[in-house]
Amino acid sequence: MTDEKPLIELERKIEGGDFQSAGDVSSELKRILQQIGFPPSFSRRVVIAAYEAEMNVVIHAWRGVFRAWIFPRYVHIEVDDEGPGIPDLELAFQEGYSTAPPHIREMGFGAGYGLSNMKKCSDRLEIDTRVGEGTKVTMDFFVRDV
Amino acid sequence: MAVRIQDLVQPLEATVLVPGDMGREIHGGYCGDLLSDCIANAVEGSVWVTVQSHPNIIAVAVLVGIPCVVIVNNYDVDEQTLARAQNEGITVLRTPLSAFEAVSRLASLGIPGKKRRES
Ligand SMILES: Nc1ncnc2c1ncn2[C@@H]1O[C@H](COP(=O)(O)OP(=O)(O)OP(=O)(O)O)[C@@H](O)[C@H]1O
Ligand SMILES: [Mg+2]
Repeated sequence: MTDEKPLIELERKIEGGDFQSAGDVSSELKRILQQIGFPPSFSRRVVIAAYEAEMNVVIHAWRGVFRAWIFPRYVHIEVDDEGPGIPDLELAFQEGYSTAPPHIREMGFGAGYGLSNMKKCSDRLEIDTRVGEGTKVTMDFFVRDV
Repeated sequence: MAVRIQDLVQPLEATVLVPGDMGREIHGGYCGDLLSDCIANAVEGSVWVTVQSHPNIIAVAVLVGIPCVVIVNNYDVDEQTLARAQNEGITVLRTPLSAFEAVSRLASLGIPGKKRRES
């Protein structure tokens, strides 16, 4: 991150298994980005990645914290969870790989595309994970001039 | 000629579960039940045809900018899904048709199956 002061900082809790409010944090972020007036294609990239990170906490972890720092031309997101961690990151990034149980797949989650969506949508993605402890996802997004 | 949400009801033999903004124009269509695929590929302003009916589809619709969700095969829809759609102003239609038949009828209205291009 830069030393610049963010326009907005957002911090929200995410509960594992709470499908009721799943997606709320990303929706709130979308509204904020739209209000600030970011280009729609930029907001969309940020929001897709935020949603996938948020849902991974809901589906795979126990609880987590979502933090976003919004700068005029740059967004930084950190999603830090307490959960099982990811034993094999390379495998987890493979499209189609998922450990989601059947009842979660029935809901249309667990296609195994979340991490690759996050990678495609962000300009920088870092995952720090410890098995049995948790996972921290850090992402950066830069407004590109068109 | 622009297709509006209200124009979809009759061809789909649909029940309007949540009206939302029936005057909204529909610019494309997306059909599928995997949420990660929808969020990655569906285009803003599309109608979404799916078997899914749990509340998270509304979160996905909001994020993508989908104004109308069509639930096929007359599946039951959770109360929370309807409440959430109401809050967000998203139309929810339920049709007895299969996904295939629903898409075929939407296509004959001239709705294109757009796929998102990476920006
Ligand atoms: N926060 C997390 N904590 C623990 N495991 C995770 C976490 N995020 C991802 N994983 C592991 O990585 C796998 C792949 O994640 P990815 O998001 O790509 O797919 P998915 O969540 O299974 O399905 P989808 O995102 O398409 O609904 C998961 O199935 C899970 O095993
Ligand atoms: Mg996922």
